[in-house]
Amino acid sequence: MNIIWNPAALLAALAGGVLIGLAAAWMALGLGRIAGISGLLGGLVDGAPHRTVHAAFVGGLLLAPALYLLLRGELPAVKMMADTPQLLLAGLLVGIGTRFASGCTSGHGVCGLSRLSPRSLVATLSFMGAGFAAVYLLRHLLV
Amino acid sequence: MKHRAQAGQAFAIGLLFGVGLLLSGMSNPQKVIGFLDLAGAWDPSLALVMGGAIAVGLPLFRLAESRSHRQLPSWSGAPIHLPGKSGITPRLVLGSMLFGIGWGIAGICPGPGLVLLGSLQWPGLLFVLAMVAGMLLFRPLDKALSR
Repeated sequence: MNIIWNPAALLAALAGGVLIGLAAAWMALGLGRIAGISGLLGGLVDGAPHRTVHAAFVGGLLLAPALYLLLRGELPAVKMMADTPQLLLAGLLVGIGTRFASGCTSGHGVCGLSRLSPRSLVATLSFMGAGFAAVYLLRHLLV
Repeated sequence: MKHRAQAGQAFAIGLLFGVGLLLSGMSNPQKVIGFLDLAGAWDPSLALVMGGAIAVGLPLFRLAESRSHRQLPSWSGAPIHLPGKSGITPRLVLGSMLFGIGWGIAGICPGPGLVLLGSLQWPGLLFVLAMVAGMLLFRPLDKALSR
């Protein structure tokens, strides 16, 4: 294993994580619900009651890059790692999987682990394990 | 009026969440794959995203849970509804694994997908459209499987 240590990236990751944690806690304390992105987007897609909250949250996420651009002058670099068929397959799997599991990185990974939920710990270990395995398969075994 | 105030809060929370994702590096698929690629040049920085989020989340969610146990509402007046912590089922594990495979293929999970779409990244739109299609497929698929 070859580990990359980049202090600026570590600091940015920690600071970004703190903002995400604050946003998730604000959702729980302010609105009484879990800031689960797959759940809120899924509710919007499914036609859940009180959809204004779902729509407003998703709208905030969509406009976050504009706010970031305003604050910092440029967006962080992005490099895609998947071609079109891979993106479509990945999106489909993420959509189906997060609904079956009732949560994703935010709902289980951030909110659930913050609540010390055994259910969310199992979900997080499952998706992280599958993620490590998928990357190993695609980038080391099948190339 | 109460609904409008709640929507305003939800919008601000979405903005804060999205800025956090952008700042952290979670919305860059190359970084996510670098984190998931243990056998390659491993970039551990994204572990700190979850670490930072949980560090502030632990005390604040404790507060939310204690309010919920005392039947106190959230600041907006809406009841605090937090999901159960038990119930480790096959659908939880298998669903999470499907999600993890998709995450590993593209390096994008739901939040970053929406943020990439908002950054006007064309592949982000493709990913989000497929994810929404997957979410729409869930109900009929679930029905067919439980029959």
